Amino acid sequence: MEFAELIKTPRADNVVLHRPFHPAVEGTLCLTGHHLIFSSRRHDNAEELWLLHSNIDSIEKRFVGSLGSIVIKCKDLRIIQLDIPGMEECLNIASSIEALSTLDSVTLMYPFFYRPMFEVLEDGWSSFLLEQEFEHLSSVTNEWRLSCVNKEFSVCPSYPPVVIVPKSIDDEALRRVALFRYGGRFPVLSYYHKKNGMAMLRSSQPLTGTNGRRCKEDEKLINSTLRSGRRGFVIDTRPLNVAQQARAKGGGFEQEVHYPQWRRIHKYIERFHILQESFIKLVEACNDQSHNMDRWLSKLEASNWLTHIKELLTAACLAAQCIDREGASVLVHGSEGTDSTLQVTSLAQIILDPRCRTIRGFEALVVREWLQAGHPFQQRCAQSAYSNSKQKWEAPVFLLFLECVWQIHRQFPCSFEFNEHFLILLFEHAYASQFGTFLGNNESERAKLKLPQKTMSLWSWVNRPEELSRFQNPLYEANSLVIWPSVAPQSLQLWEGIFLRWNRPSRFLEEAEEERINIIKYNKELQAKVNVLRRQLAEMETDGEVQEEEP
Amino acid sequence: GKHHRIPTSVEQVKLLDRFSTSNKSLTGTLYLTATHLLFIDSSQRETWILHHHIAAVEKLPLTTSGCPLVIQCKNFRTVHFVVPRERDCHDIYNSLLQLSRTAKYEELYAFSYNPKQNESEQVKGWQLIDLAEEYKRMGVPNDYWQLSDANRDYKICETYPRELYVPRTASKPIIVGSSKFRSKGRFPVLSYYHKNKEAAICRCSQPLSGFSARCLEDEHMLQAISKANPSNRYMYVMDTRPKLNAMANRAAGKGYENEDNYSNIRFQFVGIENIHVMRSSLQKLLEGMGLSVNDFLSGLENSGWLRHIKAVLDAAVFLAKAIAVESASVLVHCSDGWDRTSQVCSLGALLLDSYYRTIKGFMVLIEKDWISFGHKFSDRCCQLDGDPKEISPVFTQFLESVWNLTEQFPQAFEYNEAFLLQIHEHVHSCQFGNFLGNCQKEREELKLKEKTYSLWPFLLAEQKKYQNPLYNPDFSPELTLLEPNTVSFNFKFWRNMYHQFDRSMHPRQSVLNLIMNTSEQNKQLEEDIKELEAVSITKHVCALVTCSSDYSCYSAANFHLNVTAVWPSTYSVSGDLNFHCFFL
Repeated sequence: MEFAELIKTPRADNVVLHRPFHPAVEGTLCLTGHHLIFSSRRHDNAEELWLLHSNIDSIEKRFVGSLGSIVIKCKDLRIIQLDIPGMEECLNIASSIEALSTLDSVTLMYPFFYRPMFEVLEDGWSSFLLEQEFEHLSSVTNEWRLSCVNKEFSVCPSYPPVVIVPKSIDDEALRRVALFRYGGRFPVLSYYHKKNGMAMLRSSQPLTGTNGRRCKEDEKLINSTLRSGRRGFVIDTRPLNVAQQARAKGGGFEQEVHYPQWRRIHKYIERFHILQESFIKLVEACNDQSHNMDRWLSKLEASNWLTHIKELLTAACLAAQCIDREGASVLVHGSEGTDSTLQVTSLAQIILDPRCRTIRGFEALVVREWLQAGHPFQQRCAQSAYSNSKQKWEAPVFLLFLECVWQIHRQFPCSFEFNEHFLILLFEHAYASQFGTFLGNNESERAKLKLPQKTMSLWSWVNRPEELSRFQNPLYEANSLVIWPSVAPQSLQLWEGIFLRWNRPSRFLEEAEEERINIIKYNKELQAKVNVLRRQLAEMETDGEVQEEEP
Repeated sequence: GKHHRIPTSVEQVKLLDRFSTSNKSLTGTLYLTATHLLFIDSSQRETWILHHHIAAVEKLPLTTSGCPLVIQCKNFRTVHFVVPRERDCHDIYNSLLQLSRTAKYEELYAFSYNPKQNESEQVKGWQLIDLAEEYKRMGVPNDYWQLSDANRDYKICETYPRELYVPRTASKPIIVGSSKFRSKGRFPVLSYYHKNKEAAICRCSQPLSGFSARCLEDEHMLQAISKANPSNRYMYVMDTRPKLNAMANRAAGKGYENEDNYSNIRFQFVGIENIHVMRSSLQKLLEGMGLSVNDFLSGLENSGWLRHIKAVLDAAVFLAKAIAVESASVLVHCSDGWDRTSQVCSLGALLLDSYYRTIKGFMVLIEKDWISFGHKFSDRCCQLDGDPKEISPVFTQFLESVWNLTEQFPQAFEYNEAFLLQIHEHVHSCQFGNFLGNCQKEREELKLKEKTYSLWPFLLAEQKKYQNPLYNPDFSPELTLLEPNTVSFNFKFWRNMYHQFDRSMHPRQSVLNLIMNTSEQNKQLEEDIKELEAVSITKHVCALVTCSSDYSCYSAANFHLNVTAVWPSTYSVSGDLNFHCFFL
C-alpha cells in the first residue's frame, strides 16, 4: 500500500498550533506516511513538532466559518490543536490523520521504516537473553534448568522458546502440565531469591473444571520448589468467587486436597475494561482545569485509579513478604497469567531484588517479565485514554506497573539507578514508538514478524551512553536491601509526571530538578579536586623527605 | 491546681502504632514531668510530649491487655498507650487533664523555660525583629504615608499595635471617627507598601454599617487611602467573607461597605469561611483518615480542607494582582480583621515581595501581620483553658498555603518545609513568648520581653536546618509577582504536617535531607580546597597535618536514612483466608 494514497493534502500553510502553556505558533503542517510535522516559520526561534501518527489516540474536527480546527489527542496524553485555513484542506488532513493513525497492519508501522541515525553499539534484540539470566542463576543454585520444550512455540504460544523450570521436571512432564494450564502457560521460574533460595513461579489458572480434574505432574512441578516440610503460597489475583466460577468454563484453582502443601490467597487485582475506564476517568479529571476542589477530589476518587495502585502494590508486597519474611515459595497466577500475574511478579522483584532497580536490570525485568512472558502489548496498548473504541482487550496494565514502580521510587528516591523520565519513556514507547520492541503480543508473533531483523530495538538506542545519561538518577546509591513501600493512602500520590505533564507549567519544577543535579555534580567535582590537591601535597611531602635525607 | 497526684512513672506501658492492622506496639515506661509526658521504650528511644501540645486525652474502655489512653496533640501527633492497670491509667488521665489545661498565662512553659541566656542576650533576642525597620524597608514614611501616634496608648484600638501607618491626609478626627465605625475599633491602616507601584495593602475590620448607617470619617479614610496612591485612583475593598455571612452581619449592625457611599472603590467578596467552619473542617480532616484510598479521598473532600486552602490562596492572588498588575491599593477586611484578613494580607505580601520568602523576612511577616495586628493566638491555639469555640486553625492554614507555594516554586524560598513545621510546633508549644496572648497590649502587660524568650533567635541559630538548598535569590527580582497556579490539582494533602509523627508513611529516603547535606558539604569542601591551595602555595608541607578533614565520612552512605526493612504495617491482607492468623 502506498501511504501517498491516504495523504490527500500533504501540506498546509498558515496553520496555527495551540498547546497549553505555550503561545500559539503559526507555521506549516506536513503529513508524511508516519509523521505529522509542524514547523514554525519564525526565524528567531524555529520550532518543529514531530508527531508519530501511531501516537494519535483520537482526533476531533471543529469549524468556525471556513476556519477548521483539528484537536489531536495523543496516547502520551498530550492534547494539541491545529487551526487550518480552508475547509477542504482541514477535512483532508483530518481524514488522512485518521487513516494513518489507525493502520491495521503491523508491518506498515513506523518501526519497519525507521532508519536509525545513531551508531548501534549493542543490538538490543540480543541484550537480554534468558540464557544469560540462567547463567547468573546457575552460579548460585543447580536446582533449575533451561528447557527448550517450547522451541517452536508449540507447547505454549505466548511463552518464549526457552524457559526456566525445576531441574527435576522433564520436558515430557512440562507438555502434560501445559495441557492442564490455561493457554499452555505451565508454571515457570519468575524469580529466585538468593538470600533464602525461595522461588517465585508464575503460570495461568489450572484447568480443573467442575469435576476437579488434577494433574500429578503439575503438583510435582510446583512441589519441587518447596523445602521439605515447608509450605508454599499460591497468590491468585482473582477473588474466590471468580475463581470458583471459572471452573464452569473449564478453568479453576489449586484445590487443597491436591495441593496440601500450598496455601491459597486470593488477592484481587482489577483487570481489563475496569482499568481502562479508570484510566479514562482519571485523565478526564486531570484535563479539566475548571474543576473546583470538591469536584476534582470526587473525580479523582471516582476514577479509582489510586485504589488500583494500592491493591497492586499490596499484592506485590504480599508476594514479597511470603518469599522474604516467611521463607516460602510462591506461585502467582490469575486467569490467563498475562496481566495481573506479571504486575505482581515484576513488582515483587522491584521490592526484593536490587538488580531490578538498576537501569540494565530494570530493562531486563521488562523484557523477561513482560515482553518474553507474553503480555499482549499490541492489544493492551492499541489505544490510550482518549479512545472511543472501548475494546475489551485495551487496558493500561503496563502503565499501572510503571506507576507502582514510580510510587516505590518516590519512597526510596536513592535506591533506583534510573529516574522518572525513564519510566515515562517506557510508557511512551509501549504506546507508540519508532522501535519494534513493544510490537506484537508475544515472542511467537515477534518471531513471525521478524522484528529483530526488520526493526530497531529500543534498548539499542537507549543503552548508548549519551542517552543513558538522561535517565540516570543522580541520587542513586546501590541499596542491597529489600525495600518495603508504604501503601497507606497518604503515601500514594498522583503521578504528575504522566497525568499532569501537559496540564501545568513545569518550568520551575524542571529548573529545581536541574539544581539538585548540579549540587550533586558539583559535589563530585569538589571531591575530585580535594583528592588531587591532597595527592599533590603528599607528593611534595615525600619529595621533601627525600631531599632532607640527601645531604 | 499544683497538688494533683502525679504518678512519677508507670512501667509496662504499650505504645501502639495507630496505622497498624496487626496491633504492633512498643513496650516501655511512661514518665510524667512538670512540663512533659515522656515515654521510653525498651530500646531506650524517647518520645517527649509537651503538656501544652495536648489537645485531647481520652480513656477508652478497658481491654484484656489494659486500659487504653489516646492522646491527641496540636502538632497532629496521636499516641495510643495501653496502661496495664486501670488505676494508673486513671491517674495519668487526670494528671494530664490538669497539666494540659492552664488557667493563667504565668503557668505556661515560656515563663519557666530557661535556655541559659543572660539578660542582654534575651533583650537582643527580642530586638531581632524590628517592625519600624520593616516599614522603613518598604519605603514608609514617605510623601503619602506617615506614622500615626493616635494609638500610642492603645486608646483607639486595644488589639492594634501602638505604631500604625496611615495616609498623611488622614487626620486624627478622621482616624477616631473611622475607628468608631469599625468593629473593635480596627480602622483601616497600612499593612504593606509596594514601593514600585506606590500601592498599599491596608487592613481593617468590618464597618458598622448595618442596613444603612454611614460614617463620613470612614468614607474620608478610604478616600485618603485611595488618594495616597498616585498611580491609581480607584482602590479595591476586599471583604474576605462569603457574601451571605457579610449580609447576615448587617442585621447585627455590622456589614460591608456600600459602594455608593465610597468614591472610587471596587468592592469584592472572596468567600473564605469563618473560624468555626475551619475548625470543623480540620476536625473532619483528622477524623476522616481511612485506610482505603477512597475513604481517604472522600474524607479529604468532605472535610473541605483543601477547598479552604485554595480559597485563601485565591484571595491572596487576587490581592497581589490588583497591586502588581493594576497598581491599585487594596483594603482587606473580614469581620474583626484578625483571622482571614491576616491570612490574605500576609500571603499577598509574600507573593509580591521576595523578602518575605527569606528566613528573616518570614519572621518579620509573621510578627507584622499576625502578632502585631492581633491575631488571637492564645484563643485560636487554646493556650489557656477557654472557650473551645474560639479555637481555629487559621495560622496553620497560612503555613499550609505557604507550603503549597514552596511546592510550586521550589527555588523561590530561602526556607524549607522544616522551618514551617517548626514554627507551627512553637505556635502551640508556649515555650517562647512570641505567640502568647492575643494582642500586643496583653503581651506588654504580661511583660513577656522580660519574662520569656523570643523564638526567632533560636530558629536563626539553627537556620542550617531550615535552609532550602535549592534557593536561588535571583529567582525573582525583589518586587516581581509570584504567580501560583491555583487549579485544584495543584493542592496536595500536607502529609508532613498531618502525619509528621507517623513515620511509616514517609519516604524512607529524603531527597531534601540528601540535597541539604550535599550542599552543606560542598561549602566545607570549598573551604578545604582554599586551605589546601594555600598550603600548596606556601609549600608548608607540615601544615598538611592540620588539614585533617576525614573525607571518608563524606561517603554518600552517610546521607541515607536508615533503610533497614522497616516493616510497614499497612498492607491490608484481607483475603478469603485469614492470612494474618496464619502468620501469627
